[in-house]
Amino acid sequence: MRLDKVREILDADILVGEEFIDLEVVSACGSDLMSDVLAFVKDQTLLLTGLINPQVVRTAEMMDIRVIVFVRGKVPGKEIVQLAKEKDMVLLTTKYPLYTACGLLYSAGLHTKEV
Amino acid sequence: MAEEKNIISLQYKVNGEDFSLAGEASSNVKKILKQLGVNPEAIRRVAIAMYEGEINMVIHAKGGIAEVNITPEQIKVLLQDEGPGIADIELAMQEGYSTAPDNIRELGFGAGMGLPNMKRYSDEMKINSVVGKGTRVELIFNI
Ligand SMILES: Nc1ncnc2c1ncn2[C@@H]1O[C@H](COP(=O)(O)OP(=O)(O)O)[C@@H](O)[C@H]1O
Ligand SMILES: [Mg+2]
Repeated sequence: MRLDKVREILDADILVGEEFIDLEVVSACGSDLMSDVLAFVKDQTLLLTGLINPQVVRTAEMMDIRVIVFVRGKVPGKEIVQLAKEKDMVLLTTKYPLYTACGLLYSAGLHTKEV
Repeated sequence: MAEEKNIISLQYKVNGEDFSLAGEASSNVKKILKQLGVNPEAIRRVAIAMYEGEINMVIHAKGGIAEVNITPEQIKVLLQDEGPGIADIELAMQEGYSTAPDNIRELGFGAGMGLPNMKRYSDEMKINSVVGKGTRVELIFNI
């Protein structure tokens, strides 16, 4: 699924990485537990989370995750946006809560890759 | 960075004061491995395991030293700290076991998955720890 479609479905704002809007994501994962993300996620994924600390960007970096969607209208601080920018990541924010945001993407055909 | 024959050695001081900086060393190692043309799957394994180790030194041991040795066949990551040590390593290795405080859990860590993740992603893992003295974790990745 292309990122512009993700943005549309989640009615999301792009915080950084507008230039990568035609990126393709093949799966998604919703979690507030970074160690779970580190344990189980495969790459080319989009991460949805309610956490807004720098370790979310770090975790994504280690996993080769390039897209993070912050849920429930959360907006991370400037340093976090800057860190993501340095790593060519895309940050989005949606007003939907985690469960709903995941459900919307899932219904639209973005599933998790079987591991 | 020291380069000697086919060995590249990297050293990092991991700051224990600032959780937001945790992961800088792993991030740098990841960048260097990419520049060296190491295969992406190996880079990912090293980055994830080292990152969990770095986080552990920050949240459990007030920081430490990370050392990375890279040869064409193998990457070795050594994490050493002078923190409180681990009394029961077998227990600490169990998924879900954690002594992390609530403020760390609120940040998405402290789920007790760090050491198991390090084991999962490395080819060999050795832990030596002395209570009151510190902990030494060695991770080996065959590439
Ligand atoms: N470097 C360390 N120094 C002291 N204790 C540690 C260290 N690393 C891990 N531990 C202990 O082992 C436990 C399990 O570690 P880990 O699996 O990474 O889970 P978590 O970090 O989420 O608590 C920690 O809660 C802590 O008690
Ligand atoms: Mg840990």
